[in-house]
Amino acid sequence: MSDQKKTPRNNDDAAEPGGALKQAESRLQYALRDLAQSSWMITVLSIVVALVVGALLILATNPQVQATLGYFFARPADFFATSFEVIRDAYSALFRGAVYDWQAATPQRAIRPITETLVNAVPLILAGLGIAIGFRSGMLNIGGQGQIILGATCAAFIGYAFALPLGLHLLLALMGGVLGGAIWGGIAGVLKAKTGANEVIVTIMLNNIALYFLAWLLRQQWFVQTGSNQPIATPVEDSARLFGLLGTGFRLHAGIFIAIAATVFVWWLLERSTLGFEMRAIGENPEAARTAGVNVPKATALVLIIGGALCGLGGAAHLLGTEYRLAAGIAGTLGFDAITVALLGRSRPLGTFLAGLLFGGLRAGGVLMQAQTGTPIDIVLVLQSVIVLLIAAPPLVRAIFFLPSTERKKKPRRRQKPVQEAVR
Amino acid sequence: MKLELRGVTKRFGDFTANDQIDLTVEPGEIHALLGENGAGKSTLMNIIYGLYSPNEGQILLDGEPVEFHGPGDAVAAGIGMVHQHFMLIPVFSVTESVMLGYEPTKAAGLVDFAEARRRVEEISARFGFDVDPEAMIEDLPVGAQQRVEIIKALSRDARVLILDEPTAVLTPQETDELISIMRQLKASGTSILFITHKLREVRAIADTISVIRRGKVVGETTPESTETELASLMVGREVSLTTQKEPASPGETALSVSGLTVVSPNGKALLDDVSLEIARGEILCIAGVDGNGQTELTEAILGIREAAAGTITLDGTDLGPKNVKQRLNSGIGFVPEDRSTDGVIAGFSITENFVLDQYDQPPYSNGVVMRQEVMRARAEEQTARFDVRLGTVDDAISTLSGGNQQKVVLARELSRDNRLLVASQPTRGVDVGSIEFIHRTLIEERERGTPCLIVSTELDEVLNLADRVAVMYRGRIIGTVPGDTDRDVLGLMMAGVPAEEARVQAAAHHTVLGEADVEAEEQA
Repeated sequence: MSDQKKTPRNNDDAAEPGGALKQAESRLQYALRDLAQSSWMITVLSIVVALVVGALLILATNPQVQATLGYFFARPADFFATSFEVIRDAYSALFRGAVYDWQAATPQRAIRPITETLVNAVPLILAGLGIAIGFRSGMLNIGGQGQIILGATCAAFIGYAFALPLGLHLLLALMGGVLGGAIWGGIAGVLKAKTGANEVIVTIMLNNIALYFLAWLLRQQWFVQTGSNQPIATPVEDSARLFGLLGTGFRLHAGIFIAIAATVFVWWLLERSTLGFEMRAIGENPEAARTAGVNVPKATALVLIIGGALCGLGGAAHLLGTEYRLAAGIAGTLGFDAITVALLGRSRPLGTFLAGLLFGGLRAGGVLMQAQTGTPIDIVLVLQSVIVLLIAAPPLVRAIFFLPSTERKKKPRRRQKPVQEAVR
Repeated sequence: MKLELRGVTKRFGDFTANDQIDLTVEPGEIHALLGENGAGKSTLMNIIYGLYSPNEGQILLDGEPVEFHGPGDAVAAGIGMVHQHFMLIPVFSVTESVMLGYEPTKAAGLVDFAEARRRVEEISARFGFDVDPEAMIEDLPVGAQQRVEIIKALSRDARVLILDEPTAVLTPQETDELISIMRQLKASGTSILFITHKLREVRAIADTISVIRRGKVVGETTPESTETELASLMVGREVSLTTQKEPASPGETALSVSGLTVVSPNGKALLDDVSLEIARGEILCIAGVDGNGQTELTEAILGIREAAAGTITLDGTDLGPKNVKQRLNSGIGFVPEDRSTDGVIAGFSITENFVLDQYDQPPYSNGVVMRQEVMRARAEEQTARFDVRLGTVDDAISTLSGGNQQKVVLARELSRDNRLLVASQPTRGVDVGSIEFIHRTLIEERERGTPCLIVSTELDEVLNLADRVAVMYRGRIIGTVPGDTDRDVLGLMMAGVPAEEARVQAAAHHTVLGEADVEAEEQA
């Protein structure tokens, strides 16, 4: 009930004599409310706040800024000028590293950052879509990491253990990735469908199992086929690699088309197909879905199988397009970043695609930022974390920007599902 | 104590729930607050009870302005409230429930159980309540639980008692007891504010009636007003309360349930050897107090709940081996009891909800892809037929009022060829003006030859619709009687008295509501 007090624009209770002024104000209020209700607005504002928080942290850790603080009261202008320069340099390096480097020596160098962003984004988008499908269906699939590992493992093995014709080899390797992820997601899905096992716990545990399973495989000579004791597998054959799109000097590969196709497919699946209708129905209200004749256990299992397949495809694309060699750290933090990508994208296919691009860009730009300005790359992690934190708490963002509350009326009876609220 | 509200206004954002409410409850008066769901009754009650603070206006007790910062203040000032959903802890005894939050203590801060018990007994004796202070709440029937709530309020010296929909869960006989309690309280000078949407009760009980509509008090009247007058005030236009229907002309038996038994996971029989038959073109109403197996019966027919024994046959086919989807597709229209959990998906659009249980059937889909245009067109057509007030069919269904949501559910279930219609509480939460429309639609469905099973806890509805009434009590059908059976008889059967005996008892003692029925009939 305190939401009214906190929003200064919401003071239509006060009887004002200026009728026209009040009308204009209420119209402004309406427009603002409309904007605030759109979750996209919250997303954009979250990113803005995250950039501000990042800027403060950059300042706090920068030695030059610290030096000016020593004589702050003598010459405060120094502090502000230095601060401005430091932040400008850091964020411009971030941008140049992620989109377009106008300071680069050659035109190729100048456009390379955006291609790097795309390269980073491919597995994030694919795995993010897999997680998003789960969110939309009311399931918290935390197992992206394990599903990526399995996908990459299967794709890699097919990629180097067999000699197959060009095209077919790639297709089989990708399908292997899909299958690996689907099986790993499917374990959690079938367990949940048959026994009601909580998918959060099962998928987290499966992450660990996948990690140690891979570590074990990498010690098996029949698997790695390298003839050395190094826990790293043979590189995949050229015929199984996702081909580059821009020639030497660029890492951009055909995986980006897979990501685009997957985004369209997920949209079609969720918004146009009967299976997607069932999946969304069990996500929003499983009781009503059951009453409407939906086979809830079957749909539950399918959600995690399809989600796992997409994560597995992400792992396969990452391996076949970028890494080529399977190692213990193949998934990095992809599986967890994918969760953030899905959250930031509000579990919508297009949103997830864009969020994947943003995170891919932050990764690419962070490298240049660290190299050129000495700003720790960890700032990128802070940005990501703050964005997600704020997205999970829309009222906080509204409070920061004095936006009117979206809640028309507090309904005590309304049963909230906090997790799903956050997801949407 | 005299309770006065002056210009009380409560806003939530730009929604005004209570608009300049003036209300006076004189000492020793039973004042009814009559209004539809969503009219603002509960908000007003919560303001009086200190749960909300009003944006404008004041509350006066015996002429003194008061300000409540929480229910504690309200209780201290002498206001007691009995909520519609009782605030009781099942595993507590009556004494424990009554003293909870206001425990009498003796030396060293120890709880004085003897004193608490003495208070319960004293209040019970004063008003002739038949309540055992040691009984566990979970073992008590609903009527007795309600008395515990009243004792609780009285033990805190309530001199203004607010009763929120107190009769919603009671049989006519239990309602009778409640009425006599209310009259005793009134005689002892307690003011009673009684919230309801039931017209007949209001006229039987209240001294003064305030009608609230869209957050405003639209009229104050006396019980001498007719039900139609009250309904018109409540809704804001002329409404007709009874639905005319021709006598049924039942065809061959369509649905036959025999020996149906449903057992809960802990081994309790929820449905105990239930058998019934419904013919084509006939409405069978299941009457009974909430929670006597009606839900389980409908769920077993749909197949959401597994039957431990017994068979369900529709048009000669055994439904046993069929799953929910097959049963729906074989022509069962199903209106679930709890709309918000089972009937609609709040975040889905009106169109999506309209096809909720036929989404993979022609014409809405070919089994894989859904046909957006067909869905939309049909949803628009049928929601218009059912007079659903909506913006566009693409809006989320949660933007509609409860009554309009219910109409979407009914539009969905009645806009196809049904071989059986199962409807639970078809008009729950629906405004008075729409009830007649829904009843008419259900009767039209019967005219088309569909066998209808309608579950309702509202006797008014049962009496309005039924060709035959089966009364359920503790998972069994206690008896099946004709649709024009006396309300008192049905009430006694709802309390577990077999039909024959119920007739004898009802003839000997008419309840207040039963008499109101007779009176209403004579007027008509």
